Amino acid sequence: MTLAVPNLTRFAPILAFGTIALCFAFALTNDPRKMPSTLIDRPVPTFALPALEQGAAGLAHTDLKGPVTLLNVFASWCPGCRVEHPTLIEIANAKAVPLYAINWKDKPGDGLKWLKAHQNPYLKVGDDPSGRLGIDLGVTGVPETFVIDGTGRIRYRHAGPITPDVWRDTFEPLLASLRTAK
Amino acid sequence: MNQIASIIAATLMWIAASAGNARAVTPDEMLPDPALEGRAREISQTLRCVVCQNQSIDDSSAPLAKDLRVLVRERLSAGDSNAQAIGYIVARYGNFVLLRPPMQINTALLWFGPALMLALAAYGLMHTLKRQAVAPVEGEAAPLSKADEARLARLLGENSGNGFSERSTVATGGKAGEPATPSTNTRRKTS
Repeated sequence: MTLAVPNLTRFAPILAFGTIALCFAFALTNDPRKMPSTLIDRPVPTFALPALEQGAAGLAHTDLKGPVTLLNVFASWCPGCRVEHPTLIEIANAKAVPLYAINWKDKPGDGLKWLKAHQNPYLKVGDDPSGRLGIDLGVTGVPETFVIDGTGRIRYRHAGPITPDVWRDTFEPLLASLRTAK
Repeated sequence: MNQIASIIAATLMWIAASAGNARAVTPDEMLPDPALEGRAREISQTLRCVVCQNQSIDDSSAPLAKDLRVLVRERLSAGDSNAQAIGYIVARYGNFVLLRPPMQINTALLWFGPALMLALAAYGLMHTLKRQAVAPVEGEAAPLSKADEARLARLLGENSGNGFSERSTVATGGKAGEPATPSTNTRRKTS
């Protein structure tokens, strides 16, 4: 070796280690349970679900056009849904955004009983006992909430309960930007 | 003793081999057409159960896995090809649902990364070995100067007598002060 470059190759192992350690540190902070939704920016799948009780109107994809709306997926057996319920009631009372819901994989009558026992924050609820619409939406668990813009396209998917922090930090800015962008 | 050991080994291997057939498909899910059922099993083994962390939907007993198994069988019964059925699920859950990541630009590093690292490591190893092979040649002592030769002769001649003081100086030659001539340094490796 000529003496133009000092002996830098001695640093190669530590540099390689450092680079790999950085990559691992980054990757280890990734939650493997968090999956990005493939439906972002795609229209809500066509669907028409029956209502939970006789005589009420069910939920169809056409209900989700017009204003920016939230589509919440819940189940009576889901503790996280119970956790986010007070926040949803607040949102409904403040009329911050129209709330629609899918009752996912519940036995007949259970969803209705749950809504009657705790208040019903939703304008309309569709019954999905088989979970088939859930699969079309890429749902992997409950609760999940989709933000749907005025043209009926899904713009955001939140997996997990909506807590006041999540509402303030994630949903409110997003709703504001979607409404002004229209 | 050897016989018992080989019997145990064979039993363990047999258990391990049949464990690979573990499945969660229940009889009511299975399709009547064996060809379709076979395709469904194959496809299920390549789809990840997204709530289970690294089980295929064929292996997992989670409710979502069951839903997806039923869905795959429905799509196949409706006439979808294997690729179409898999595409149907990927459209809803993304590429993460494939146990074998697709070969795309953004997965190129995933596929070729290990081979690349191996190549880099092999290059580094070759480089290091070559340098080590060269080093001993540099260590050859340069010929001593005339003054050093005389000094050496004197020291060797005095070794039989009481060369204590001189020897101690020699022993600590490097530490008592700078060596008189730079040539005594040539035997130390400078790498």
